Amino acid sequence: MKYLEEFRQPDRVRQIADSIARLNPPPARLMEVCGTHTMAIARGGLRGLLPAGIELCSGPGCPVCVTDQPDIDRFIAMGVPGHTLATFGDMMRVPGTTASLEEARAAGADVRVVYSPLDAVELAGGATNQVIFFGVGFETTAPAVALAIQQARRDGLRNFSVLSAHKLIPPALHALLGSDVRIDGFLCPGHVSVIIGSDAYRPVADGGVPCVIAGFEPLDILQAVLRLVQQVQRGESRVEVQYSRVVTAAGNVKAQALLAEIFEPADVRWRGLGPIPGSGLVIRKEFRDFDAAYRFPVEVPAPRETGCLCGDVLRGAIAPPQCPHFGNDCTPRAPLGPCMVSSEGACAAHYRYRPTLRQAQGDPACPERSRGERSRGATELPA
Amino acid sequence: MCLAVPMKIVALEKSDAVVEQAGTRRRVRADLLDGLALGDYVLVHAGIAIARVDPEEAERTLALLSSLDEIP
Amino acid sequence: MSDERILLAHGSGGQLMSELIDRVFRARFGPHLSRDDSTLLSAGGAIAFTTDSFVVDPLFFPGGDIGRLAVCGTVNDLATAGAVPIALSASFILAEGLLLRDLERVADSMASAATEAGIEIVTGDTKVVPAGAADRMFITTSGIGRVVRPVSGAGARPGDVVLINGSIGDHGIAVISQREGLSFETTIESDCAPLAGLVQEALNAGGEGVHAMRDPTRGGLVSSLNEIAAQSRVAIELNEVSLPIRPPVASACEMLGFDPLYVANEGKMLFLVAAEAAESILAAMRRSRYGAEAVTIGRVLDGPAGTVTLRTALGTHRFLDPLVGELMPRIC
Repeated sequence: MKYLEEFRQPDRVRQIADSIARLNPPPARLMEVCGTHTMAIARGGLRGLLPAGIELCSGPGCPVCVTDQPDIDRFIAMGVPGHTLATFGDMMRVPGTTASLEEARAAGADVRVVYSPLDAVELAGGATNQVIFFGVGFETTAPAVALAIQQARRDGLRNFSVLSAHKLIPPALHALLGSDVRIDGFLCPGHVSVIIGSDAYRPVADGGVPCVIAGFEPLDILQAVLRLVQQVQRGESRVEVQYSRVVTAAGNVKAQALLAEIFEPADVRWRGLGPIPGSGLVIRKEFRDFDAAYRFPVEVPAPRETGCLCGDVLRGAIAPPQCPHFGNDCTPRAPLGPCMVSSEGACAAHYRYRPTLRQAQGDPACPERSRGERSRGATELPA
Repeated sequence: MCLAVPMKIVALEKSDAVVEQAGTRRRVRADLLDGLALGDYVLVHAGIAIARVDPEEAERTLALLSSLDEIP
Repeated sequence: MSDERILLAHGSGGQLMSELIDRVFRARFGPHLSRDDSTLLSAGGAIAFTTDSFVVDPLFFPGGDIGRLAVCGTVNDLATAGAVPIALSASFILAEGLLLRDLERVADSMASAATEAGIEIVTGDTKVVPAGAADRMFITTSGIGRVVRPVSGAGARPGDVVLINGSIGDHGIAVISQREGLSFETTIESDCAPLAGLVQEALNAGGEGVHAMRDPTRGGLVSSLNEIAAQSRVAIELNEVSLPIRPPVASACEMLGFDPLYVANEGKMLFLVAAEAAESILAAMRRSRYGAEAVTIGRVLDGPAGTVTLRTALGTHRFLDPLVGELMPRIC
């Protein structure tokens, strides 16, 4: 597969890993903001290719994890007879206050999984039901939803609307900058950056934290880590683009204009992180007919306290194995919160890709460098 | 967050493109990008093309391997 | 082409129903389809017995349909146990409003799959339910086979190698490509196939060296290998670079966010065999229909019992845990 396999070549990847090791870098805590990065790092076992002292912690860029309980409850509450709920597959198992979408479907709600919001518009075009789409995701996904709203208006549909829970990355990075958690560098989300452009991270770098925008293949991630580690070593804080084959300084200007046409920024709550100013997208008044929040106001219960520490994980304060619930009363089989449900949630990734005993035992056939915390991780293997 | 797959444009219409990668084919919206041509690769996310893949930059990235001198 | 549909009356046990059975099933399944409530068989020796239900949606997909699936799935469940399939029962729950020509198409598929597999459909049942109470058609089968040499999932041992007869994930991708809301085109067809012949070739070549077998269906390779690892109390390690994955399956999985190791198959058999028997078993499979692309994909280790791991292309390792919930397309 072109433009994928070349960036997975083991020889190339190992060469970059060796380059990082040869730098003999000081300890550094790098935050990979994006859930898809969390997944890619875990799936490739990339942590094992880094020197001890270079720590990769997960950030809040997992739209499933940070979608607030009331937003999920609101969407489920709209699933009454005569309504069809359309959603990305990612959201199906995330727990609301009383149920998940999967459970709501079992209880009789008409819930459909789609790959694209435009598929949901097509669904509406061929149906009499009100089709309500759950708009989850960051700047990468919001343009597709904006196109869907535009398409629905063009088609004159009166039965398509979107419940927007979209969020923006730069405000979240700013919030993290101001927090008590030490972050030496940001591995920035490659596809969000395709839309917003690398210039969007200048204020973060000016705030003293280097930013490298990374692609999602093993070679991309390791190259980006190499650049971050170099900057940390040299005391620099610049914005660099590793993912230059698709990321430009200005980003996708047409997509940005489209977002500005359909949406406007608002202060919204992030699950686990609380309210972040200007960090969400709401649908503009001119497109009210396509705003499910306006068309179908619903009452939702007060959020339930679960004891879930997703918030601390999402802002990098703790690693998943440090959460007391991890592997005990919170597993992929019976998740307490969204970080364990979401396929790219930090907790799910840590659980599924927990170190194998061969790594922990320092098996010479295993090229991963042996590291203290991974041995501990192995002994914490849930039964 | 964001699964996006590079796919080759095999047909271009007004606001749509038909794209393909290794035998998987899909119709996607292409109107958020300008100057597309048949044979270009685009990143596809949730049914829309969000960026054109620059072949020269891709080569450059692959070529940046072990030599630390090469990294600016 | 006729638009004739199934009516509730077709299920009521009267003349309409017996005409339906004669016209659709007896005409295709042949004279062995019993007119009695039970069929008498002689199996001679140990018998293997299996049952399964088929609810696939859509009914027709590239490379197959629910009928072919029903016959092949049951045949393969018997083959997994080391049995030669003898006879099948087939019960149909039909939704009122189902097009008769769709039912006939399904019955045609079943007849030809049965002929290919050397098995007879000897008894069955038909019920009709009100429109909407079922998804157009459900099929339940039971199958009986004669045990040649019993093989279970409990016989794998450290040192064994893991073989498979061909590419993974084809069926799941073929079916999902037809689902509403996921519109994409693929050249991939379901691998749905009866594997009793392949298994017999492998058993003839490998004899006592075949320690465990399983046909991976829903949940993919990971599900079946976890079952075997638990039953045999061993650790199994797969080698990522050895996995046979057709490029269109790989690219569809990239697009939808699937891992091919979890995607359904319907024409594949895993063999866990003694290392010294592997070469001859592979050679026998490659000479057999449905085995041309047989390969070694992993090995059985002396590790923690019940674990399945993957050695990645980068040389790192990770666990392959069974799926929790459905395989779902993702954007993240």
